[in-house]
Amino acid sequence: MRSYLRQQRICYLLQLRVLSTSLFDGLLAVFFPLMFATAALLVYRIKDDPDGMQYAGLGAAIMGMWTCQGVIASSLLTRERWAGTLELLVAAPIPLSRVLVPITMALSTIGLYCVVATIVWERLVFDIRLEIASWPLFVLSVLMSALTLALFGFFLSVTAVRYRTSWSLGAALEYPGWLLCGFLVPVDLLPDWLHPLSWSIPTTWAMAAVRDAANGVSPWGNLGLCVAVGLVYAVVAAYLGRRLVESARRHATLALT
Amino acid sequence: MTLAVEATELRRTFRTTTGTVRRTRKDVEAVKGISFHIEQGELFGLLGPNGAGKTTTIKMLITLLLPTSGSARVLGHDVVADTREVRRRIGYVFGGDRGLYERLSARDNLRYFSELYGVPPRTQATRIDELLELVGLTERDRERVEGYSRGMRQRLHIARGLLHDPDVLFLDEPSIGIDPVGARELRATIGNLVEMGKTVLLTTHYMFEADELCDRIAVIREGEIVAEGTPAQLKGRVSGGRVVEVETYGVLEETVAEVGTVAGIRSVAVEERGQQQVLIIQCERDAEVTQAVLARLGDVRVGRVTAREPTLEDAYVELVTGS
Ligand SMILES: Nc1ncnc2c1ncn2[C@@H]1O[C@H](COP(=O)(O)OP(=O)(O)O)[C@@H](O)[C@H]1O
Ligand SMILES: [Mg+2]
Repeated sequence: MRSYLRQQRICYLLQLRVLSTSLFDGLLAVFFPLMFATAALLVYRIKDDPDGMQYAGLGAAIMGMWTCQGVIASSLLTRERWAGTLELLVAAPIPLSRVLVPITMALSTIGLYCVVATIVWERLVFDIRLEIASWPLFVLSVLMSALTLALFGFFLSVTAVRYRTSWSLGAALEYPGWLLCGFLVPVDLLPDWLHPLSWSIPTTWAMAAVRDAANGVSPWGNLGLCVAVGLVYAVVAAYLGRRLVESARRHATLALT
Repeated sequence: MTLAVEATELRRTFRTTTGTVRRTRKDVEAVKGISFHIEQGELFGLLGPNGAGKTTTIKMLITLLLPTSGSARVLGHDVVADTREVRRRIGYVFGGDRGLYERLSARDNLRYFSELYGVPPRTQATRIDELLELVGLTERDRERVEGYSRGMRQRLHIARGLLHDPDVLFLDEPSIGIDPVGARELRATIGNLVEMGKTVLLTTHYMFEADELCDRIAVIREGEIVAEGTPAQLKGRVSGGRVVEVETYGVLEETVAEVGTVAGIRSVAVEERGQQQVLIIQCERDAEVTQAVLARLGDVRVGRVTAREPTLEDAYVELVTGS
Protein backbone atom coordinates (compact mmCIF):
# COMPACT_ATOMS: atom_id res chain seq x y z
CA MET A 1 0.00 0.00 0.00
CA ARG A 2 2.76 2.40 0.93
CA SER A 3 4.71 1.65 -2.19
CA TYR A 4 1.49 2.03 -4.18
CA LEU A 5 0.90 5.51 -2.79
CA ARG A 6 4.51 6.46 -3.32
CA GLN A 7 4.39 5.34 -6.95
CA GLN A 8 1.20 7.35 -7.48
CA ARG A 9 2.70 10.42 -5.84
CA ILE A 10 6.01 10.40 -7.72
CA CYS A 11 4.39 9.69 -11.07
CA TYR A 12 1.90 12.46 -10.41
CA LEU A 13 4.60 14.98 -9.51
CA LEU A 14 6.73 14.13 -12.52
CA GLN A 15 3.79 14.23 -14.90
CA LEU A 16 2.80 17.56 -13.44
CA ARG A 17 6.32 18.71 -14.22
CA VAL A 18 5.97 17.48 -17.79
CA LEU A 19 2.70 19.36 -18.17
CA SER A 20 3.76 22.58 -16.54
CA THR A 21 7.21 23.01 -18.05
CA SER A 22 5.82 23.95 -21.40
CA LEU A 23 5.05 27.63 -21.16
CA PHE A 24 3.06 27.55 -24.37
CA ASP A 25 0.78 24.72 -23.28
CA GLY A 26 0.48 26.35 -19.90
CA LEU A 27 -0.76 29.58 -21.41
CA LEU A 28 -3.16 27.77 -23.71
CA ALA A 29 -4.56 25.75 -20.85
CA VAL A 30 -5.60 28.95 -19.12
CA PHE A 31 -6.18 31.16 -22.13
CA PHE A 32 -9.00 29.19 -23.73
CA PRO A 33 -11.01 28.74 -20.55
CA LEU A 34 -10.64 32.44 -19.77
CA MET A 35 -11.93 33.39 -23.21
CA PHE A 36 -14.89 31.06 -22.91
CA ALA A 37 -15.62 32.37 -19.44
CA THR A 38 -15.47 35.91 -20.78
CA ALA A 39 -17.90 35.15 -23.58
CA ALA A 40 -20.33 33.51 -21.17
CA LEU A 41 -20.15 36.35 -18.66
CA LEU A 42 -20.66 38.99 -21.35
CA VAL A 43 -23.87 37.24 -22.38
CA TYR A 44 -25.08 37.00 -18.79
CA ARG A 45 -24.19 40.63 -18.00
CA ILE A 46 -26.80 41.94 -20.42
CA LYS A 47 -29.55 40.96 -17.99
CA ASP A 48 -27.94 42.82 -15.11
CA ASP A 49 -28.94 40.15 -12.61
CA PRO A 50 -26.48 39.48 -9.74
CA ASP A 51 -27.82 35.96 -9.15
CA GLY A 52 -27.28 35.19 -12.80
CA MET A 53 -23.73 36.49 -12.64
CA GLN A 54 -23.01 34.31 -9.62
CA TYR A 55 -24.45 31.32 -11.49
CA ALA A 56 -22.35 31.96 -14.58
CA GLY A 57 -19.27 32.85 -12.56
CA LEU A 58 -19.26 29.51 -10.72
CA GLY A 59 -20.04 27.59 -13.89
CA ALA A 60 -17.31 29.26 -15.90
CA ALA A 61 -14.75 28.38 -13.23
CA ILE A 62 -15.48 24.64 -13.29
CA MET A 63 -15.88 24.72 -17.07
CA GLY A 64 -12.19 25.57 -17.42
CA MET A 65 -11.26 22.44 -15.53
CA TRP A 66 -13.49 20.35 -17.79
CA THR A 67 -11.89 21.78 -20.92
CA CYS A 68 -8.41 21.10 -19.60
CA GLN A 69 -9.06 17.50 -18.76
CA GLY A 70 -11.24 16.45 -21.68
CA VAL A 71 -9.06 17.48 -24.57
CA ILE A 72 -5.79 16.20 -23.21
CA ALA A 73 -7.02 13.02 -21.52
CA SER A 74 -8.63 11.69 -24.66
CA SER A 75 -5.39 11.96 -26.59
CA LEU A 76 -3.21 10.88 -23.71
CA LEU A 77 -2.34 7.39 -24.92
CA THR A 78 -1.92 8.60 -28.46
CA ARG A 79 0.63 11.11 -27.22
CA GLU A 80 2.50 8.43 -25.32
CA ARG A 81 2.48 6.34 -28.46
CA TRP A 82 3.98 9.17 -30.48
CA ALA A 83 6.62 9.72 -27.86
CA GLY A 84 7.48 6.02 -28.04
CA THR A 85 6.87 5.63 -24.31
CA LEU A 86 3.61 3.67 -24.53
CA GLU A 87 5.41 0.37 -25.08
CA LEU A 88 7.55 1.01 -22.03
CA LEU A 89 4.52 1.78 -19.90
CA VAL A 90 2.85 -1.42 -21.04
CA ALA A 91 6.01 -3.49 -20.64
CA ALA A 92 6.26 -2.36 -17.00
CA PRO A 93 5.22 -4.95 -14.45
CA ILE A 94 2.44 -2.72 -13.04
CA PRO A 95 -1.04 -2.35 -14.59
CA LEU A 96 -1.55 0.48 -17.04
CA SER A 97 -4.17 2.11 -14.81
CA ARG A 98 -1.53 2.78 -12.17
CA VAL A 99 0.31 4.79 -14.79
CA LEU A 100 -2.68 6.62 -16.24
CA VAL A 101 -4.41 7.83 -13.09
CA PRO A 102 -1.45 9.97 -11.93
CA ILE A 103 -1.42 11.58 -15.36
CA THR A 104 -5.09 12.50 -15.28
CA MET A 105 -4.62 13.70 -11.70
CA ALA A 106 -1.90 16.00 -12.98
CA LEU A 107 -4.29 17.26 -15.64
CA SER A 108 -6.87 17.92 -12.96
CA THR A 109 -4.30 19.91 -11.05
CA ILE A 110 -3.78 22.12 -14.06
CA GLY A 111 -7.58 22.29 -14.10
CA LEU A 112 -7.59 23.58 -10.51
CA TYR A 113 -5.17 26.23 -11.58
CA CYS A 114 -7.71 27.20 -14.26
CA VAL A 115 -10.44 27.46 -11.62
CA VAL A 116 -8.37 29.88 -9.57
CA ALA A 117 -7.36 31.86 -12.66
CA THR A 118 -10.98 32.15 -13.75
CA ILE A 119 -12.13 33.34 -10.34
CA VAL A 120 -9.40 35.98 -10.27
CA TRP A 121 -10.21 37.02 -13.82
CA GLU A 122 -13.91 37.33 -12.98
CA ARG A 123 -13.03 39.55 -10.08
CA LEU A 124 -10.60 41.78 -11.96
CA VAL A 125 -12.40 42.13 -15.27
CA PHE A 126 -16.05 41.71 -14.38
CA ASP A 127 -15.90 42.75 -10.77
CA ILE A 128 -17.79 39.64 -9.76
CA ARG A 129 -17.42 38.87 -6.08
CA LEU A 130 -18.56 35.29 -5.76
CA GLU A 131 -20.65 34.88 -2.63
CA ILE A 132 -19.49 31.72 -0.95
CA ALA A 133 -21.52 30.68 2.08
CA SER A 134 -19.05 28.04 3.27
CA TRP A 135 -15.48 28.26 2.06
CA PRO A 136 -14.38 24.90 3.45
CA LEU A 137 -17.26 23.09 1.73
CA PHE A 138 -16.70 25.10 -1.43
CA VAL A 139 -13.02 24.18 -1.57
CA LEU A 140 -13.85 20.56 -0.79
CA SER A 141 -16.40 20.51 -3.62
CA VAL A 142 -13.95 21.99 -6.09
CA LEU A 143 -11.31 19.44 -5.05
CA MET A 144 -13.81 16.63 -5.47
CA SER A 145 -14.67 17.97 -8.92
CA ALA A 146 -10.99 17.76 -9.80
CA LEU A 147 -10.62 14.26 -8.39
CA THR A 148 -13.67 12.79 -10.09
CA LEU A 149 -12.85 14.57 -13.32
CA ALA A 150 -9.48 12.83 -13.23
CA LEU A 151 -11.27 9.49 -12.95
CA PHE A 152 -13.49 10.47 -15.84
CA GLY A 153 -10.38 11.48 -17.80
CA PHE A 154 -8.89 8.07 -17.05
CA PHE A 155 -12.00 6.55 -18.62
CA LEU A 156 -11.72 8.84 -21.63
CA SER A 157 -8.07 8.00 -22.11
CA VAL A 158 -8.66 4.26 -22.43
CA THR A 159 -11.76 4.55 -24.59
CA ALA A 160 -10.67 7.33 -26.94
CA VAL A 161 -7.41 5.65 -27.90
CA ARG A 162 -9.36 3.24 -30.07
CA TYR A 163 -10.11 6.04 -32.45
CA ARG A 164 -7.46 7.28 -34.79
CA THR A 165 -8.62 10.85 -34.27
CA SER A 166 -8.72 10.82 -30.51
CA TRP A 167 -7.72 14.48 -30.57
CA SER A 168 -10.88 15.59 -32.28
CA LEU A 169 -12.94 13.23 -30.17
CA GLY A 170 -11.79 15.12 -27.10
CA ALA A 171 -12.65 18.44 -28.67
CA ALA A 172 -16.01 17.06 -29.76
CA LEU A 173 -16.84 16.07 -26.18
CA GLU A 174 -15.86 19.41 -24.81
CA TYR A 175 -18.81 21.49 -25.99
CA PRO A 176 -21.67 19.04 -25.32
CA GLY A 177 -20.11 18.71 -21.87
CA TRP A 178 -20.66 22.41 -21.24
CA LEU A 179 -24.38 21.90 -21.73
CA LEU A 180 -24.69 18.49 -20.12
CA CYS A 181 -22.87 19.37 -16.90
CA GLY A 182 -24.88 22.49 -16.23
CA PHE A 183 -22.01 24.96 -16.23
CA LEU A 184 -23.94 27.82 -17.80
CA VAL A 185 -27.46 26.51 -18.24
CA PRO A 186 -29.32 24.50 -15.59
CA VAL A 187 -29.59 20.82 -16.47
CA ASP A 188 -33.36 21.07 -15.88
CA LEU A 189 -33.68 23.20 -18.99
CA LEU A 190 -32.37 20.39 -21.18
CA PRO A 191 -34.84 18.01 -22.85
CA ASP A 192 -35.84 15.13 -20.57
CA TRP A 193 -34.16 12.48 -22.66
CA LEU A 194 -30.81 14.13 -22.12
CA HIS A 195 -31.04 14.05 -18.34
CA PRO A 196 -29.71 10.50 -17.89
CA LEU A 197 -26.70 11.51 -19.93
CA SER A 198 -26.10 14.49 -17.67
CA TRP A 199 -26.47 12.38 -14.55
CA SER A 200 -23.93 9.89 -15.83
CA ILE A 201 -21.14 12.48 -15.76
CA PRO A 202 -19.58 13.01 -12.32
CA THR A 203 -18.92 16.65 -13.12
CA THR A 204 -22.67 17.37 -13.25
CA TRP A 205 -22.93 16.37 -9.57
CA ALA A 206 -19.69 18.11 -8.73
CA MET A 207 -20.98 21.34 -10.27
CA ALA A 208 -24.18 21.02 -8.28
CA ALA A 209 -22.17 20.47 -5.08
CA VAL A 210 -20.06 23.56 -5.80
CA ARG A 211 -23.24 25.66 -6.21
CA ASP A 212 -24.70 24.17 -3.03
CA ALA A 213 -21.62 25.05 -1.03
CA ALA A 214 -21.62 28.59 -2.42
CA ASN A 215 -25.31 29.10 -1.79
CA GLY A 216 -25.30 27.74 1.76
CA VAL A 217 -27.07 24.46 1.00
CA SER A 218 -25.60 21.17 2.19
CA PRO A 219 -23.50 19.74 -0.70
CA TRP A 220 -23.04 16.27 0.81
CA GLY A 221 -25.73 14.55 -1.26
CA ASN A 222 -24.33 15.79 -4.54
CA LEU A 223 -20.77 15.09 -3.40
CA GLY A 224 -21.70 11.51 -2.59
CA LEU A 225 -23.24 11.01 -6.03
CA CYS A 226 -20.28 12.65 -7.70
CA VAL A 227 -17.82 10.32 -5.96
CA ALA A 228 -19.98 7.26 -6.64
CA VAL A 229 -20.27 8.03 -10.35
CA GLY A 230 -16.55 8.81 -10.53
CA LEU A 231 -15.68 5.47 -8.95
CA VAL A 232 -17.87 3.62 -11.43
CA TYR A 233 -15.88 5.21 -14.23
CA ALA A 234 -12.62 4.27 -12.55
CA VAL A 235 -13.62 0.62 -12.19
CA VAL A 236 -14.88 0.39 -15.76
CA ALA A 237 -11.77 2.16 -17.05
CA ALA A 238 -9.44 -0.17 -15.16
CA TYR A 239 -11.21 -3.11 -16.78
CA LEU A 240 -11.17 -1.53 -20.23
CA GLY A 241 -7.50 -0.63 -19.78
CA ARG A 242 -6.65 -4.29 -19.26
CA ARG A 243 -8.70 -5.29 -22.29
CA LEU A 244 -7.06 -2.54 -24.30
CA VAL A 245 -3.57 -3.83 -23.55
CA GLU A 246 -4.63 -7.37 -24.46
CA SER A 247 -6.04 -6.23 -27.75
CA ALA A 248 -3.00 -4.07 -28.47
CA ARG A 249 -0.73 -7.06 -27.93
CA ARG A 250 -2.86 -9.07 -30.31
CA HIS A 251 -3.18 -6.44 -33.01
CA ALA A 252 0.22 -4.80 -32.67
CA THR A 253 -1.07 -1.28 -32.04
CA LEU A 254 1.27 -0.20 -29.26
CA ALA A 255 4.00 1.20 -31.45
CA LEU A 256 3.96 3.54 -34.38
CA THR A 257 6.58 1.59 -36.24
CA MET B 1 20.26 -24.07 -15.04
CA THR B 2 17.15 -22.70 -16.74
CA LEU B 3 17.67 -21.19 -20.15
CA ALA B 4 17.55 -17.42 -20.33
CA VAL B 5 15.44 -17.51 -23.48
CA GLU B 6 13.83 -20.43 -25.21
CA ALA B 7 11.76 -19.88 -28.33
CA THR B 8 9.91 -22.75 -29.95
CA GLU B 9 8.33 -22.47 -33.38
CA LEU B 10 7.56 -18.83 -32.75
CA ARG B 11 5.35 -17.36 -35.43
CA ARG B 12 3.69 -14.00 -35.91
CA THR B 13 1.52 -12.67 -38.70
CA PHE B 14 0.30 -9.11 -39.07
CA ARG B 15 -2.93 -8.17 -40.73
CA THR B 16 -2.55 -4.99 -42.72
CA THR B 17 -5.26 -3.07 -44.48
CA THR B 18 -4.56 -0.80 -47.38
CA GLY B 19 -6.76 1.73 -49.12
CA THR B 20 -9.47 3.79 -47.46
CA VAL B 21 -12.47 3.19 -49.69
CA ARG B 22 -11.98 -0.38 -50.79
CA ARG B 23 -10.14 -1.93 -47.95
CA THR B 24 -8.06 -4.87 -48.91
CA ARG B 25 -6.62 -7.08 -46.22
CA LYS B 26 -3.31 -8.74 -46.44
CA ASP B 27 -1.56 -11.02 -44.01
CA VAL B 28 2.15 -10.44 -43.59
CA GLU B 29 4.05 -13.32 -42.05
CA ALA B 30 6.78 -11.46 -40.20
CA VAL B 31 8.22 -14.37 -38.21
CA LYS B 32 7.81 -17.84 -39.63
CA GLY B 33 8.18 -20.34 -36.83
CA ILE B 34 11.66 -19.76 -35.46
CA SER B 35 13.30 -21.69 -32.65
CA PHE B 36 16.41 -20.82 -30.71
CA HIS B 37 17.68 -20.67 -27.18
CA ILE B 38 20.02 -18.46 -25.17
CA GLU B 39 22.01 -19.67 -22.18
CA GLN B 40 22.28 -17.46 -19.12
CA GLY B 41 25.21 -15.10 -19.33
CA GLU B 42 25.40 -15.33 -23.09
CA LEU B 43 25.43 -12.44 -25.51
CA PHE B 44 23.31 -13.63 -28.37
CA GLY B 45 22.98 -11.72 -31.62
CA LEU B 46 20.02 -11.72 -33.93
CA LEU B 47 21.40 -10.46 -37.18
CA GLY B 48 19.39 -9.62 -40.25
CA PRO B 49 18.48 -6.91 -42.74
CA ASN B 50 15.63 -4.44 -42.21
CA GLY B 51 12.25 -6.13 -42.18
CA ALA B 52 13.70 -9.55 -41.39
CA GLY B 53 11.55 -9.89 -38.26
CA LYS B 54 14.04 -9.02 -35.53
CA THR B 55 11.87 -6.47 -33.74
CA THR B 56 8.82 -8.68 -34.04
CA THR B 57 10.71 -11.55 -32.43
CA ILE B 58 11.92 -9.36 -29.57
CA LYS B 59 8.47 -7.93 -28.95
CA MET B 60 7.04 -11.40 -28.58
CA LEU B 61 9.74 -12.27 -26.08
CA ILE B 62 9.17 -9.14 -24.01
CA THR B 63 5.39 -9.66 -23.91
CA LEU B 64 4.45 -6.69 -26.06
CA LEU B 65 3.14 -8.87 -28.87
CA LEU B 66 1.25 -12.13 -28.66
CA PRO B 67 2.67 -14.88 -30.86
CA THR B 68 0.30 -16.13 -33.53
CA SER B 69 1.52 -19.60 -32.65
CA GLY B 70 4.44 -21.27 -30.97
CA SER B 71 5.73 -20.48 -27.50
CA ALA B 72 8.57 -18.82 -25.70
CA ARG B 73 9.95 -18.82 -22.20
CA VAL B 74 12.16 -16.28 -20.51
CA LEU B 75 14.01 -17.67 -17.48
CA GLY B 76 11.45 -20.44 -17.44
CA HIS B 77 8.39 -18.15 -17.47
CA ASP B 78 5.97 -18.33 -20.36
CA VAL B 79 5.71 -15.00 -22.21
CA VAL B 80 1.95 -15.33 -22.69
CA ALA B 81 0.81 -16.87 -19.41
CA ASP B 82 3.31 -15.32 -16.96
CA THR B 83 3.71 -11.81 -18.34
CA ARG B 84 4.23 -10.22 -14.95
CA GLU B 85 7.03 -12.54 -13.96
CA VAL B 86 8.69 -12.07 -17.33
CA ARG B 87 8.39 -8.29 -17.19
CA ARG B 88 9.99 -8.10 -13.78
CA ARG B 89 13.07 -9.91 -14.97
CA ILE B 90 13.76 -8.30 -18.30
CA GLY B 91 14.94 -4.96 -19.61
CA TYR B 92 14.10 -3.60 -23.01
CA VAL B 93 16.04 -0.98 -24.94
CA PHE B 94 15.33 0.04 -28.48
CA GLY B 95 17.32 2.20 -30.85
CA GLY B 96 16.39 5.68 -31.98
CA ASP B 97 15.66 8.77 -29.96
CA ARG B 98 12.07 8.14 -28.94
CA GLY B 99 10.81 6.61 -25.74
CA LEU B 100 11.86 9.30 -23.29
CA TYR B 101 10.05 12.20 -21.68
CA GLU B 102 11.60 15.15 -23.48
CA ARG B 103 10.60 17.69 -20.91
CA LEU B 104 12.09 15.83 -17.99
CA SER B 105 15.74 15.61 -17.06
CA ALA B 106 17.65 12.36 -17.37
CA ARG B 107 17.39 11.89 -13.62
CA ASP B 108 13.65 12.48 -13.59
CA ASN B 109 13.14 10.09 -16.47
CA LEU B 110 14.95 7.46 -14.46
CA ARG B 111 12.97 8.32 -11.34
CA TYR B 112 9.73 7.91 -13.26
CA PHE B 113 10.61 4.54 -14.71
CA SER B 114 12.01 3.37 -11.35
CA GLU B 115 8.52 3.72 -9.95
CA LEU B 116 6.94 1.81 -12.82
CA TYR B 117 9.48 -0.98 -12.59
CA GLY B 118 9.25 -1.29 -8.84
CA VAL B 119 12.77 -0.24 -7.85
CA PRO B 120 12.73 -0.16 -4.03
CA PRO B 121 12.61 3.46 -2.75
CA ARG B 122 15.56 2.98 -0.41
CA THR B 123 17.99 1.98 -3.12
CA GLN B 124 16.53 4.14 -5.89
CA ALA B 125 18.73 7.21 -5.58
CA THR B 126 21.98 5.25 -5.39
CA ARG B 127 20.87 2.99 -8.22
CA ILE B 128 20.18 6.01 -10.44
CA ASP B 129 23.57 7.52 -9.57
CA GLU B 130 25.29 4.26 -10.42
CA LEU B 131 23.58 3.96 -13.76
CA LEU B 132 24.19 7.59 -14.73
CA GLU B 133 27.82 6.92 -13.97
CA LEU B 134 27.81 3.71 -16.00
CA VAL B 135 26.47 5.43 -19.10
CA GLY B 136 28.48 8.58 -18.55
CA LEU B 137 25.66 11.07 -18.02
CA THR B 138 26.45 12.08 -14.45
CA GLU B 139 27.52 15.57 -15.43
CA ARG B 140 24.36 16.43 -17.34
CA ASP B 141 21.78 14.53 -15.33
CA ARG B 142 19.65 17.56 -14.52
CA GLU B 143 19.33 18.83 -18.07
CA ARG B 144 16.17 18.21 -19.99
CA VAL B 145 16.37 15.35 -22.47
CA GLU B 146 15.20 17.76 -25.23
CA GLY B 147 18.75 19.01 -25.53
CA TYR B 148 20.42 15.61 -25.62
CA SER B 149 22.29 14.20 -28.59
CA ARG B 150 21.28 10.93 -30.08
CA GLY B 151 24.11 9.07 -28.42
CA MET B 152 23.23 10.51 -25.02
CA ARG B 153 19.63 9.50 -25.43
CA GLN B 154 20.66 6.01 -26.37
CA ARG B 155 22.84 5.73 -23.30
CA LEU B 156 20.02 7.02 -21.15
CA HIS B 157 17.82 4.33 -22.68
CA ILE B 158 20.29 1.71 -21.58
CA ALA B 159 20.33 3.13 -18.07
CA ARG B 160 16.54 2.98 -18.08
CA GLY B 161 16.59 -0.63 -19.23
CA LEU B 162 18.89 -1.54 -16.34
CA LEU B 163 17.02 0.27 -13.56
CA HIS B 164 15.39 -2.77 -12.01
CA ASP B 165 18.55 -4.85 -12.43
CA PRO B 166 17.02 -7.27 -14.93
CA ASP B 167 18.66 -10.61 -15.62
CA VAL B 168 17.97 -10.57 -19.32
CA LEU B 169 18.33 -7.53 -21.54
CA PHE B 170 16.83 -7.12 -24.97
CA LEU B 171 18.61 -4.52 -27.09
CA ASP B 172 16.90 -3.81 -30.39
CA GLU B 173 19.33 -2.12 -32.79
CA PRO B 174 20.75 0.11 -30.06
CA SER B 175 23.43 1.62 -32.29
CA ILE B 176 21.07 2.86 -34.97
CA GLY B 177 21.80 6.44 -35.98
CA ILE B 178 24.77 6.89 -33.63
CA ASP B 179 28.10 8.22 -34.86
CA PRO B 180 31.08 5.81 -34.93
CA VAL B 181 32.62 7.08 -31.68
CA GLY B 182 29.31 6.88 -29.86
CA ALA B 183 28.73 3.44 -31.30
CA ARG B 184 32.09 2.26 -30.04
CA GLU B 185 31.33 3.54 -26.53
CA LEU B 186 28.01 1.80 -26.73
CA ARG B 187 29.65 -1.47 -27.66
CA ALA B 188 31.95 -1.09 -24.68
CA THR B 189 28.91 -0.56 -22.44
CA ILE B 190 27.21 -3.63 -23.87
CA GLY B 191 30.38 -5.65 -23.35
CA ASN B 192 30.36 -4.57 -19.69
CA LEU B 193 26.83 -5.84 -19.23
CA VAL B 194 27.89 -9.38 -19.96
CA GLU B 195 30.77 -9.04 -17.53
CA MET B 196 28.19 -8.03 -14.95
CA GLY B 197 26.56 -11.39 -15.54
CA LYS B 198 23.61 -10.27 -17.65
CA THR B 199 22.20 -12.21 -20.54
CA VAL B 200 21.83 -10.04 -23.62
CA LEU B 201 19.87 -10.50 -26.80
CA LEU B 202 21.12 -7.94 -29.29
CA THR B 203 19.65 -7.32 -32.71
CA THR B 204 21.60 -5.49 -35.34
CA HIS B 205 22.07 -5.31 -39.03
CA TYR B 206 25.77 -4.47 -38.67
CA MET B 207 27.89 -7.51 -39.17
CA PHE B 208 30.97 -6.16 -37.42
CA GLU B 209 28.95 -5.25 -34.35
CA ALA B 210 27.67 -8.80 -34.03
CA ASP B 211 31.15 -10.14 -34.74
CA GLU B 212 32.77 -8.01 -32.07
CA LEU B 213 30.22 -8.55 -29.33
CA CYS B 214 28.33 -11.79 -29.68
CA ASP B 215 29.07 -15.23 -28.34
CA ARG B 216 26.57 -16.70 -30.74
CA ILE B 217 24.71 -15.32 -33.73
CA ALA B 218 21.53 -16.32 -35.48
CA VAL B 219 21.07 -14.88 -38.95
CA ILE B 220 17.45 -14.14 -39.69
CA ARG B 221 16.06 -13.55 -43.15
CA GLU B 222 12.42 -12.98 -44.08
CA GLY B 223 11.26 -14.36 -40.76
CA GLU B 224 13.39 -17.48 -40.79
CA ILE B 225 16.67 -18.33 -39.14
CA VAL B 226 19.01 -19.27 -41.95
CA ALA B 227 22.16 -19.91 -39.94
CA GLU B 228 23.23 -20.09 -36.34
CA GLY B 229 26.57 -20.44 -34.65
CA THR B 230 29.57 -18.65 -33.22
CA PRO B 231 31.09 -15.91 -35.38
CA ALA B 232 33.95 -18.30 -36.17
CA GLN B 233 31.56 -21.00 -37.31
CA LEU B 234 29.71 -18.59 -39.56
CA LYS B 235 32.97 -17.43 -41.10
CA GLY B 236 33.84 -21.06 -41.67
CA ARG B 237 30.85 -21.40 -43.92
CA VAL B 238 32.45 -19.20 -46.54
CA SER B 239 36.07 -20.01 -45.98
CA GLY B 240 37.34 -22.25 -48.69
CA GLY B 241 35.82 -19.81 -51.13
CA ARG B 242 36.98 -16.62 -52.72
CA VAL B 243 35.40 -13.26 -53.42
CA VAL B 244 35.70 -11.37 -56.69
CA GLU B 245 34.54 -7.77 -56.80
CA VAL B 246 33.68 -6.20 -60.13
CA GLU B 247 32.96 -2.47 -60.43
CA THR B 248 30.29 -1.76 -63.04
CA TYR B 249 28.35 1.25 -64.23
CA GLY B 250 24.65 0.82 -64.99
CA VAL B 251 24.36 -2.93 -64.77
CA LEU B 252 20.85 -4.37 -65.13
CA GLU B 253 19.26 -6.90 -62.83
CA GLU B 254 18.88 -9.45 -65.62
CA THR B 255 22.57 -9.25 -66.33
CA VAL B 256 23.39 -9.82 -62.66
CA ALA B 257 21.15 -12.89 -62.66
CA GLU B 258 22.96 -14.15 -65.73
CA VAL B 259 26.34 -13.68 -64.06
CA GLY B 260 25.02 -15.84 -61.22
CA THR B 261 24.65 -18.79 -63.57
CA VAL B 262 28.37 -19.00 -64.32
CA ALA B 263 29.82 -22.32 -63.18
CA GLY B 264 31.72 -22.06 -59.88
CA ILE B 265 29.81 -18.99 -58.63
CA ARG B 266 27.92 -19.40 -55.36
CA SER B 267 26.21 -16.05 -55.15
CA VAL B 268 26.24 -12.54 -56.53
CA ALA B 269 25.28 -9.49 -54.50
CA VAL B 270 25.13 -5.92 -55.78
CA GLU B 271 26.35 -3.03 -53.65
CA GLU B 272 25.66 0.54 -54.73
CA ARG B 273 28.69 2.81 -54.29
CA GLY B 274 27.90 6.23 -55.70
CA GLN B 275 27.49 5.78 -59.42
CA GLN B 276 29.00 2.33 -59.38
CA GLN B 277 27.36 -0.98 -58.76
CA VAL B 278 29.88 -3.35 -57.31
CA LEU B 279 29.17 -7.02 -57.97
CA ILE B 280 30.34 -9.08 -55.02
CA ILE B 281 30.78 -12.53 -56.40
CA GLN B 282 31.42 -15.46 -54.09
CA CYS B 283 32.92 -18.41 -55.88
CA GLU B 284 34.74 -21.68 -55.38
CA ARG B 285 38.38 -21.34 -54.48
CA ASP B 286 39.79 -22.85 -57.66
CA ALA B 287 37.18 -21.61 -60.08
CA GLU B 288 38.45 -19.19 -62.72
CA VAL B 289 35.39 -17.05 -63.20
CA THR B 290 36.66 -13.62 -64.24
CA GLN B 291 36.64 -14.19 -67.99
CA ALA B 292 33.21 -15.80 -67.95
CA VAL B 293 31.79 -12.94 -65.84
CA LEU B 294 33.18 -10.26 -68.13
CA ALA B 295 31.74 -12.12 -71.10
CA ARG B 296 28.25 -12.14 -69.52
CA LEU B 297 28.52 -8.45 -68.70
CA GLY B 298 28.89 -7.74 -72.44
CA ASP B 299 28.52 -4.00 -73.13
CA VAL B 300 28.29 -2.92 -69.50
CA ARG B 301 31.08 -0.51 -68.57
CA VAL B 302 33.41 -2.23 -66.13
CA GLY B 303 35.89 -0.65 -63.73
CA ARG B 304 38.36 -2.45 -61.50
CA VAL B 305 38.19 -6.18 -60.88
CA THR B 306 39.69 -7.46 -57.62
CA ALA B 307 39.86 -10.77 -55.81
CA ARG B 308 40.10 -11.19 -52.03
CA GLU B 309 39.56 -13.55 -49.11
CA PRO B 310 36.00 -13.74 -47.72
CA THR B 311 35.09 -11.92 -44.49
CA LEU B 312 32.32 -12.49 -42.00
CA GLU B 313 30.41 -9.81 -43.83
CA ASP B 314 30.52 -11.93 -46.95
CA ALA B 315 29.13 -14.85 -44.97
CA TYR B 316 26.32 -12.62 -43.88
CA VAL B 317 25.65 -11.26 -47.34
CA GLU B 318 25.60 -14.76 -48.77
CA LEU B 319 23.12 -15.84 -46.10
CA VAL B 320 20.74 -12.94 -46.40
CA THR B 321 20.73 -12.70 -50.16
CA GLY B 322 19.83 -16.36 -50.21
CA SER B 323 21.74 -18.59 -52.51
N1 LIG C 1 2.54 -3.56 -36.67
C1 LIG C 1 2.78 -4.11 -37.87
N2 LIG C 1 1.80 -4.20 -38.79
C2 LIG C 1 2.05 -4.76 -39.98
N3 LIG C 1 3.22 -5.22 -40.38
C3 LIG C 1 4.25 -5.17 -39.54
C4 LIG C 1 4.08 -4.60 -38.24
N4 LIG C 1 5.27 -4.67 -37.60
C5 LIG C 1 6.14 -5.24 -38.46
N5 LIG C 1 5.52 -5.54 -39.62
C6 LIG C 1 6.15 -6.21 -40.78
O1 LIG C 1 6.81 -7.36 -40.34
C7 LIG C 1 8.05 -7.53 -40.98
C8 LIG C 1 9.17 -7.62 -39.97
O2 LIG C 1 9.34 -6.39 -39.33
P1 LIG C 1 10.34 -6.15 -38.13
O3 LIG C 1 10.18 -7.23 -37.14
O4 LIG C 1 10.14 -4.77 -37.65
O5 LIG C 1 11.74 -6.27 -38.87
P2 LIG C 1 13.19 -5.83 -38.38
O6 LIG C 1 13.11 -5.40 -36.96
O7 LIG C 1 14.04 -7.03 -38.59
O8 LIG C 1 13.61 -4.71 -39.27
C9 LIG C 1 8.19 -6.35 -41.93
O9 LIG C 1 7.81 -6.76 -43.21
C10 LIG C 1 7.22 -5.34 -41.39
O10 LIG C 1 6.71 -4.55 -42.43
MG1 LIG D 1 13.60 -3.56 -36.12
